[in-house]
Amino acid sequence: MTAKASDFLIYDEASGVYRENPEQAVRDDVEKHYWRHVLQMVVKDWRLYLMLVPMILVFLFWRYMPMYELLGSFKVDDVVKPVADQYFKGFSNFKGLLVGSGTFATLSTDFWRAMRNTFLLSFYGLLFGFPMPIILALFFNEIKSDIVRSGMQVFTYLPKFMSTVVMTSLVIMLIRQGSSATGAPPGIISQALAALGLISQETAQNGLLNNPNYFRAIYQISGIWETAGYDSIVFFAAIIAISPTSYEAAQIDGANKWAQMRYVVLPSILSTIVIMLITRIGSMLSIGYEKVLLLNEERVAIYQTSEVISTFSWRIKTTQNQSGLASAAEMMNNVVGMLLVIGANTIARKASNVSLY
Amino acid sequence: MKRKLEISELIFKIFSYLFLTIFALLCLYPFLYAVSASISGRHVVEYQELILFPKDIQFEAFSFMFGNNQFWNAYSNTLFLTIFGTVWSLVISIMGGYALSKKRLLFRKAFNFFLVFTMWFSAGIVPQYLNYLATKTVFNSIGIMDDKWLVVIAMGMAAMNIILLRNAFENVPSEIEEAAIVDGSTEMQVLTKVFIPMSKSTIATVALFFAISRWNGYFWARQMISNANEQPLQVFIRNQLEQYTDLEQLGGWTANYAPDSVIFALIVCSIIPILIIYPFIQKYFAKGTNAGGVKE
Repeated sequence: MTAKASDFLIYDEASGVYRENPEQAVRDDVEKHYWRHVLQMVVKDWRLYLMLVPMILVFLFWRYMPMYELLGSFKVDDVVKPVADQYFKGFSNFKGLLVGSGTFATLSTDFWRAMRNTFLLSFYGLLFGFPMPIILALFFNEIKSDIVRSGMQVFTYLPKFMSTVVMTSLVIMLIRQGSSATGAPPGIISQALAALGLISQETAQNGLLNNPNYFRAIYQISGIWETAGYDSIVFFAAIIAISPTSYEAAQIDGANKWAQMRYVVLPSILSTIVIMLITRIGSMLSIGYEKVLLLNEERVAIYQTSEVISTFSWRIKTTQNQSGLASAAEMMNNVVGMLLVIGANTIARKASNVSLY
Repeated sequence: MKRKLEISELIFKIFSYLFLTIFALLCLYPFLYAVSASISGRHVVEYQELILFPKDIQFEAFSFMFGNNQFWNAYSNTLFLTIFGTVWSLVISIMGGYALSKKRLLFRKAFNFFLVFTMWFSAGIVPQYLNYLATKTVFNSIGIMDDKWLVVIAMGMAAMNIILLRNAFENVPSEIEEAAIVDGSTEMQVLTKVFIPMSKSTIATVALFFAISRWNGYFWARQMISNANEQPLQVFIRNQLEQYTDLEQLGGWTANYAPDSVIFALIVCSIIPILIIYPFIQKYFAKGTNAGGVKE
């Protein structure tokens, strides 16, 4: 008996799923002529497979082909030849960046500085940026009037939908330096901070963005402004899912607000917090280059705190045209990043039975 | 049963209102400031005398902007990129998500992995740049000289959005699909008449994500579009920012509005379309992010 493609899977009415045909003859035949069956199935269902094609092509050309370009990190830098024709050079680009001897000395220093900045920006983001949406969600839960609450929520989501260019332009304008020629004072936010005594008049006048000591704070605060409101949605959804009877029971037991937070709210949203935390750790090393570039472009003075791996490699590429070195730097960053994602995902699966991807 | 608030609950409630009011106002403040600064007089803006409400109101910064052909050019380029880019990304994502949602699809796991891997590992900015550069050469050699098409076609796909659509399509009851097939629908009809109408809110969310990211796109457009007249609004804003903040130092400015007002006017113009659609799309956000709890 020669089985047709349609015999390979049969529709199970009861459970509504396709199952393999249990008949032994069919199964044997499928095993013997596996690829013929695959072909038959694809031909029979060609419309479905055709729908996949554009997606596959787009991802292949513009997501996977760049990974092929990463091979350049193993090759000698030659600006004329494409990656495929370049001379294979081994790990010298990596070694140069990591160890930095001879001509690589400054490059290596800059590379480690960028690594440090990448890590620190992510770490501070975790420390200050992560708790903020949770706090907002807890507070939103206190506002019982739907109109008032959603009004406030709308305002806090808004910055998320503005472009990085608009965000950074506003940041640049609001903390801009004063002018000694015309006697113009610094930007309004700098003035306010100086009036509150948080920064000195002189620092404000010289421009906060020109001072390397303030870049990290500017990055984190603008980040909170941008995303905290929007990120609170997930936590807020978890909090409103808590049954009112839990609160009532706690109240009858005489729990005050803090005890309710501690024993009712926190345990209920813990799994959401853990999942979001793990996601965040997973994407730790992927600092958005667009925002950093827009903030530190033309401001070499603050590179020491602002340059991250992606902007470092972009600088190597644009100023020295060393694609191989630039790719090597990003390769290291991205491999560590991927290990973090996989590690975080594994932990999430073990801890909560939820796989993020 | 109405019970009296305990003192700790009262404190917490008051503090919540206070904190959220301040936070919400702080979120809004830069935008309000931008509006005020774009219509305030030169001295007020230059000497940072503006706190919230506009003073010495002028509208010349806006009329200067509206009289600038480059501005309208940039605006129409952004509209082009947003409309064609969103349609392109959405059509591909819907078809891909639909196919991936079918249990009978062979190698379904492998296709999913192919997609999800791009979320784990990205080549990075320089390899991506080299890749787009090569694509550009190919596009130019087959006669597509307008780099906007490169931006539309090569950029802006997101694995996450396809997964959102796949999950939505998986939730459509299979009985309805069968009924449609029994009635003689083809695959395409099943998709357009059954699955798309039944996943309207997810599709709206995903379309919104695509449209916003297209509207806000900056970096790759700046790198890849060679012709300055084809650049989108975000690049135009950035160029103006760089140009006008220098100009002020030179002291060659004679208008009765500050150079900064021009930038603020531009910023206001660029966010108005988002503000207009914002109230209508707002309700979809929660849905979109909640569906982000991805499963496999």
